[in-house]
Amino acid sequence: MSELRNYHAAVWDEPLVMELSAPGRRGNVPPAPIAELDPATALPGAVLRQAAPALPEVAEPDVLRHFLHLSQETMGMVGISLFGTCTMKYNPRVGEQLSGRDGMAELHPDQDDSTLQGLLEAVHRFDLMLRGLSGMDRFVFQPGGGAHAAYTHTAVTRAYFADRGELEQRREIITTAQAHPCNPATASAAGFDVITLPVEEDGYASLDALKAVLSDRTAALMINNPDDMGIYNPHIKEWVDAVHEVGGLCFYDHANFNGVMGRLRARELGFDACMFMLHKTFGVAKGGGGPAVGAYGCSEELATYLPGPLVEATEDGYVRRENPRGVGRVREYLGNLNQVVKAFGWLTAMGADGIREAADISVLANNYMEVRLLELKGVTKAFPQMTKRRLEMTRFSLEEYTAETGITAVDVQNRMGDYGIDAFWLSHEPWIVPEPFTPEAGETWSLEDIDYWIDVLAHVLEEGRSDPELVRTAPHQQVVGQLDGSSLDDPEKWATTWRAHRRKSGRG
Amino acid sequence: MTSSGPWAARARVLGIVVNPVAGMGGRVGLHGTDGQVELARARGAEPVAPARARRALARLHELAPDLDVVVAPGALGADHLPDATGWRVTVLDGPEPGAETTADDTRAAVSALVAAGVDLLLFVGGDGTARDVAGAVWAVCDDCVPVLGVPAGVKMHSAVFGLTPETAALAASRHLAAPERHGTRQAEVVDRDAAGDVRLYGTVQVPALPAGVQPAKGAPAPLADDATALAAEVAAELEPGRLYLLGPGATVDQVGHALGLATTPLGVDAVCDGRLLAVDADEATLLDLLARHDRATLVLGVVGGQGFLLGRGNQQLSPAVLRALAAADPAGLAGILVLATPAKVGALPEPVLHVDLDDPELAAELAGYRRVRTAPGRSTVLRVET
Ligand SMILES: Cc1ncc(COP(=O)(O)O)c(C=O)c1O
Repeated sequence: MSELRNYHAAVWDEPLVMELSAPGRRGNVPPAPIAELDPATALPGAVLRQAAPALPEVAEPDVLRHFLHLSQETMGMVGISLFGTCTMKYNPRVGEQLSGRDGMAELHPDQDDSTLQGLLEAVHRFDLMLRGLSGMDRFVFQPGGGAHAAYTHTAVTRAYFADRGELEQRREIITTAQAHPCNPATASAAGFDVITLPVEEDGYASLDALKAVLSDRTAALMINNPDDMGIYNPHIKEWVDAVHEVGGLCFYDHANFNGVMGRLRARELGFDACMFMLHKTFGVAKGGGGPAVGAYGCSEELATYLPGPLVEATEDGYVRRENPRGVGRVREYLGNLNQVVKAFGWLTAMGADGIREAADISVLANNYMEVRLLELKGVTKAFPQMTKRRLEMTRFSLEEYTAETGITAVDVQNRMGDYGIDAFWLSHEPWIVPEPFTPEAGETWSLEDIDYWIDVLAHVLEEGRSDPELVRTAPHQQVVGQLDGSSLDDPEKWATTWRAHRRKSGRG
Repeated sequence: MTSSGPWAARARVLGIVVNPVAGMGGRVGLHGTDGQVELARARGAEPVAPARARRALARLHELAPDLDVVVAPGALGADHLPDATGWRVTVLDGPEPGAETTADDTRAAVSALVAAGVDLLLFVGGDGTARDVAGAVWAVCDDCVPVLGVPAGVKMHSAVFGLTPETAALAASRHLAAPERHGTRQAEVVDRDAAGDVRLYGTVQVPALPAGVQPAKGAPAPLADDATALAAEVAAELEPGRLYLLGPGATVDQVGHALGLATTPLGVDAVCDGRLLAVDADEATLLDLLARHDRATLVLGVVGGQGFLLGRGNQQLSPAVLRALAAADPAGLAGILVLATPAKVGALPEPVLHVDLDDPELAAELAGYRRVRTAPGRSTVLRVET
C-alpha cells in the first residue's frame, strides 16, 4: 500500500461569468469599423439585430482567472481516471496541436472541395483504416456521439426495410439488459418496439431467449460485446446467424472495443453495421473534454442508405457526393472532423500492431486490478460463477460491504474524489448487480497509477468501517459537497444556458 | 467544505410498531399466528418478534444515531427499543397493551403513528401484520405514509419486507436520510386467506430501495414503476367481442382503470366490449364465462417479489379455467398477456417466472420463454419455470 497523498481541491465559490459582467468593462477595445464596412450600414437592415447580444462585459484578467479556476474544478477528472465503460485514456496532446493548426481550425465546411483536399484525404484514409479494423465497407463520421451512431443505425434500418416494403411488418428491435441504454432508446425514438432480453446465469442473455422472440417482425438486433461488465458472449456468431435467418439486421455497438482492438472484426462475426467511439477508443477526449464522434460503418448493402455527403477518392482528387437513396443528414456537413483528424493521427501512430498490443495491455491491466480488488474485504465480482476472464473491465459489487457498514457504492464514490482521483463508474441503469462499480484501466495508465487508485479505494473502504459518517457525508476535500440531485430530472429546473437559467429561476 | 448536504436538512421521524406475537406459529407448524396465539403457546411456542425487532433497531441505531422516533407503547414497540442514545423518542399515549396484543392494537397504533406525522412506518411482523398496517394506513390517508417490514412472521409473501432485520434497517436508514432522493414504489400486501389461498389484500408505498436496484443519485430517471401508460396501450388494443380476464395485481388493475371500469386489484375480473361482466370472479364464474365466449384472453401480472405467474394469489385461475381458456383461444396458453413494470422485473431475484399448478401437463405447456410487456412499446422475455 502506498502512502496516500494529502489533497484538497481548489474551492472557488465564485459567480458565473455572466454574473461577473459590469457595464462597459472591456478586455480588448478594437478600433472602430472603417466607415464603409460598418455592419450597421453595410449589411441589409433585415439581418441586423435590434439589441446587442448579452455577452459578459469583463476584463481580460477576470476572464483568464475565471477559466483558470474552472479548469481547477474538474472533480478528479484529470487525476487518475479509471471511469469504466468510458475508456478514459490519456489523449496525446499532439492531437490537439494537429487539430488546432490553421489547415484544420481555419477551414469552413462550405469551402470548395478543391480547397479541402488534405482534410478529405484524412477522412477517406481514416475510413479505410476503420474498414480494416471492422471488415465493414464504408464509414461515416456525421454522428456526434455513440448514441447518435446507434440512432443512425435505426434510421438506416428504417430506410432498408421501407425499401423492401417490409417496414410495416418489421416493428421490433431486440437488445439486451446489458446493452447501453442508447440502444433501446434510439430504437424507440425511431418508432420501433423494443424487446430487452434479460441477463441470465452466464452473465449474458441466452440464445434461447433470443430465439423465442425472433420472427418476421424482427427488424434488428442491437448489441455490444463484450458488454460493460467486460463479459464476452461467445455465442455471438450464432446470435447473428439466428437474426439473419428471420431477415433482421445486426448492429454491433463497438463502444467497448478497447479490449478487442485488432483481435476481431465485426463483419467477420456477421454483423451488418457497427459503431466506434472516436472520443473513447481512438485517442480523442471524452465527456467534458470535447465534441464527440460515433463512427458508423456498414456493409455495402446498407451503404445505400447512409447519410450523405460521402467522401470519395476520384481521379481528380477527393470529392463529397450526395447519397441519393440515403437517410438524408443526421447532422450538418461531415461531422466533428477536428476529432476525426486527431483519431487519424492517433491510429496512424499506433499502427495495426500497436493497437493490438494496446488491447492486450488493457485486458492485462484489468485482470491485474481484478486480482487486487478481490483481495479487499467486501468486494465481490458480478457473476462470479462465470469463471472466464473478463476483458478490459470487470463489474464488481459492494453488496457485502454495504450490508456490513451501511455505506453504499455511491458513498464510496463520493469519498474517493477526496483523494484527487476520478471516482469509479457504477453501472448503467437498471442495476442488475447490487451496489455496482466498474473500473477500467485501459492501456495508458501506469502500474503506479493503477495501484494508487486501488489503494485509495482500500483506504476509503476502511474509513467506512471506522468512521462511516465521514464517508456518508463526503466529499469534504472537493470543489463542492453533496448536491441536491432531486431536480436533475426536472426539465423545469435544469438549465444549460444562461437564458434558460434566468427563465427557470424566475430571474427574468 | 462542510459535511452537511441538503439531504441532512431536516431530522426525519420514524414510526415503530411491533406485533410481539408474530411468528410464534411458525416453529410449531401453524400457518400464521393470527387468532391462534393460544394454540401456539399451548404447543410451546416462544416469541420471536421482539428479538427480531431489537436486531433491526440496534442496527438502525448504528446507521442513524440521530433520529426522531415515535413508538407504540409497551409490547407494541417501546419495550423493544435498544439502548438508543441520540434518538429523540416519543412513546404514543394510550394504555399499555397486555402481552397478548391483537390486530386491533396494531391498527390503533398505526393510526396514531400516521397522525403523528411519521416519515416512515417500520413494523415488525409477517403478512398478517402487513395487512393490518396497510389497512390502518389506508383508513387514515390512502397510502400516504411509506411502510417497511422487519421480517418476523410465519409467512412473508408481501413485497414490503427487508430480507433480514438488518437489511430492513439499512433500507430504513437510507430512506430516512433522503426520502425524496430515492422515492417510494407501490408494493403488494398478500396473505393466505381462510381457504389457504394466497390473496392480494392491498398495496402500500415502500421505500424504493429493493436490494441492489436502487438507482444512483442524479442518474437518469429511475426505473418507471408506472403501469398506467402500459395499461392504456393494452386497453386500446382490446378486440371487440373477446372476453378478457384481468388477473389480480396492481399492474393489471390499471387496464380496468384505463377502460373506466371498477375492477379490483385483488381478484380476477372479466371484461368484454368495455363492459365489466364479473368482479372478483371465482372458478365457477370463470368457467361459465369461458363457456359463453368463443374468444378469450387472460391478462396476468406477476405476484409479489417472487415472480409467481400462476399458483400464488390467483388460484381461481385453476387448471380447469386454463384449459377452458386454451380451448377458447386458438393461440392457446401462448396468448396469455403478461404485464410487469420494469421495476417489478428488475426486483426479481433472477429473470424467471414461476408457475405452481397441480397439473404437470398444463404447467409444462406454460414453461419456456414468455414475452412480458413492461411499458408502451417495450417488452422483455422471462423464463417460466414449473
Ligand atoms: C456501450 C456503449 N454504447 C454507447 C455509448 C454512448 O456513447 P455516447 O456517450 O458517445 O453517446 C456508450 C457510452 O459510453 C457506451 O458505453
